[in-house]
Amino acid sequence: MGIVSPGFQGRPRSQEPALPPGQYLTEDFPVLSAGPTPRVSLDTWEFVIAAENGSEYRWSWQELMALPQETPTVDIHCVTHWSKLGTTWRGVSLDTLLDDVDTGAHFAVAHSYGGYTTNLPLDDLRGGRAWVAHTFDGAPLPAEHGGPARLLVPHLYFWKSAKWVRGIRLKTMDEPGFWETAGYHDYGDPWREQRYQGD
Amino acid sequence: MTEMSYLDGNMLDGPLRELFAVDLSTAMGRCENCGMTGSMASLHVYPHAPGLVARCPSCESVMVRLVRGPDRAWLDMRGVTYLQVPMPMEQALPEPL
Repeated sequence: MGIVSPGFQGRPRSQEPALPPGQYLTEDFPVLSAGPTPRVSLDTWEFVIAAENGSEYRWSWQELMALPQETPTVDIHCVTHWSKLGTTWRGVSLDTLLDDVDTGAHFAVAHSYGGYTTNLPLDDLRGGRAWVAHTFDGAPLPAEHGGPARLLVPHLYFWKSAKWVRGIRLKTMDEPGFWETAGYHDYGDPWREQRYQGD
Repeated sequence: MTEMSYLDGNMLDGPLRELFAVDLSTAMGRCENCGMTGSMASLHVYPHAPGLVARCPSCESVMVRLVRGPDRAWLDMRGVTYLQVPMPMEQALPEPL
């Protein structure tokens, strides 16, 4: 008998993992970028949460690494229609970073080295659903994928997971970011296919 | 992995033809950030993104963003303070009678 069973034709379609509407499965990790890739030294890297009352909370790279680390395995969904399942990351939960932050804000704007911004409800950064991720698939996150660290908010389209993240500004009003001011949805739930404004 | 590269602004020609009657690839634009004036064809365009992002070749500021949905398009040109578009020479006005 041969090594390959003659009847083997791959996994039946009925057993394919569920994808959000309009998405296709990819095994590689496409690189999307709206500009030059920032090169950020770990010596000068910092992450800052700026509350609406003017208070700022800062972490150096060493301070971030000293915080409790988590290893989420999550599915990610890009608005350009690809989804990648079972990706494994390592990073610090936003619950940990927001723990001591005194705020009454309901909205957040993530901002990045290189100038990128994206807006999210603050609640979506809480509840074990968002991380500052520095490791992908067991290796330091490459710069083209947002390293040294990117936001990871996998329950929303991946443009919300800001690459090269350097901080979060807490806001009392929703403030659309880079793609949200150019037609993309303010929330971006892939399961409700919220790609564009009005979806 | 390879560094992300950009294309030159000539690639904006087709997408912008969907919106404008004039050929913007021959237009001149002024960067809102640094003031550099140059042809739209000289912009650095990053196409591997949820939309097209065209940046100033001098300061890399975003000058144009074009998002194409299935039935709508959004054009954000806040990074361009003006466009100078070549036009056909005006006909001489007729002499008054």
